[in-house]
Amino acid sequence: MTILIFKIILVLAVFGITMLVAMYSTWAERKVSAVMQDRVGPNRAGPLGLLQPVADGIKMFTKEELIPEGSNRWLFILGPGIAMLTALLTGAVIPWGGDVSIGGEVFALQITDINIGILYLFGVVSVGVYGIMIGGWASNNKYSLLGALRASSQMISYEVAMGLSIISLVMMTGSLSLREIVAQQDSGFANVAYQPIAFLIFLICAFAETNRAPFDLPECETELIGGYHTEYSSMKLGLFLFAEYINMFISSAIMVSLFWGGYNFPFQHELGLSANALASVQTVVFFGKVFFFIFFFMWVRWTLPRFRYDQLMNLGWKVLLPLSLLNIFVTGVVMYLNGSLK
Amino acid sequence: MPISEILFWFLSVTAVVCAMLVIASKNAVHSALFLIMTFFAIAGHYFLLNAQFLAAVHIIVYAGAIMVLFLYAVMMLNLHKDAEPGKRPLFKIAATISAGLLLLTLTVALKHSETAPVGTNLNIGTVESLGQSLFNEFLLPFEISALLFLSAMVGAVYLSKKQLS
Repeated sequence: MTILIFKIILVLAVFGITMLVAMYSTWAERKVSAVMQDRVGPNRAGPLGLLQPVADGIKMFTKEELIPEGSNRWLFILGPGIAMLTALLTGAVIPWGGDVSIGGEVFALQITDINIGILYLFGVVSVGVYGIMIGGWASNNKYSLLGALRASSQMISYEVAMGLSIISLVMMTGSLSLREIVAQQDSGFANVAYQPIAFLIFLICAFAETNRAPFDLPECETELIGGYHTEYSSMKLGLFLFAEYINMFISSAIMVSLFWGGYNFPFQHELGLSANALASVQTVVFFGKVFFFIFFFMWVRWTLPRFRYDQLMNLGWKVLLPLSLLNIFVTGVVMYLNGSLK
Repeated sequence: MPISEILFWFLSVTAVVCAMLVIASKNAVHSALFLIMTFFAIAGHYFLLNAQFLAAVHIIVYAGAIMVLFLYAVMMLNLHKDAEPGKRPLFKIAATISAGLLLLTLTVALKHSETAPVGTNLNIGTVESLGQSLFNEFLLPFEISALLFLSAMVGAVYLSKKQLS
């Protein structure tokens, strides 16, 4: 029974933290862009503009809701719902920290440790595109439809390279469970030291899967007005935008878990901390790494120009796909020569 | 009623109803979306049978990749109810008879088939046991199909690299 209560608390905590991080990512995005463009950024609501996300939220909720004429009403409402649902589902398999013991019982700071964790992630990510596709199609707007079509082709193309880049990692770790992969990085180097190319491919694909610049063609404002969310207003637009920030947070967490040691940090066992103290420090370290990647996402967005559509497809199919296949082959050969192949 | 039985009935009803709606709905996009829901219900059945790998791959490949491309194509069609050409009666009769024959064949075939024993090995569907049987028992067919997929992929990359005149 205690495990059930703990899990319910953990689910609520992960939900709350995800929302909070996504909320303040919108603030951080505006601040980062302001710094990079030598501006001040939001500074009216609260000190340093820290209440800006709250103000934005109130604005989103209270704006008039429009459902365009000739649109498909139910699918129009379903679209942002699916986008939000799939964005939130992925947090379930991420290990947020080491084990904690409460009242003599040991709990893992992870909602569920299914042994197909990575496949679960890919399943949810591959379904995530439906939110954009359904929303874009149901809007009954040509720009929205074009945005939806771009999103689907982009996501399909980059999912392939993403999946193949992970295979070389799975070959090395011999496990599909995220907890197991993170635990293996406790001693020795993080996985990025052994699989730098896989990490690079995964990073590029993560940008494409979250529709972030330079891969934000589905919502390319210079060509498609707003892409798939052209017709959306009020909180339904808010859900689409919010889902993007949640995806950014979750993909940063996945990258940290798979490649950058997860919640582990160097010399963590030499500190002489108790299990609970260590777990809390580990969680803080984990979030520190995740925040760096969120910052990296923003850094790239305000630095690089957008790809052209054919460049996007060329990069996905002609560069990343062969490179990830080659990476699998090289990993296999090295493992064979190493004698680590069982 | 145990929870697995409740889930079984829920998933079965969902699968059958959605599968019927695939055929019944007039709008092609709705059909595709109902088909995706059918796939999800079937993936749920795989989970109930403890075949996690199959369930995850079913979602990734069918719901996540093939149906996205399907929906992509269907969305481009932009079908409208009034623009849809009516089918001739002869065509309808032929379709009904052939579908009825298919139903009859399937019913007879399933009725006389032996039911596989369930529950002897609960871990038969996990990644570990699947990998063991694929790389030991079924190594040759597995390698041949892997080669086939690889050559298809190489062919696709080659076609995309070739300049279209």
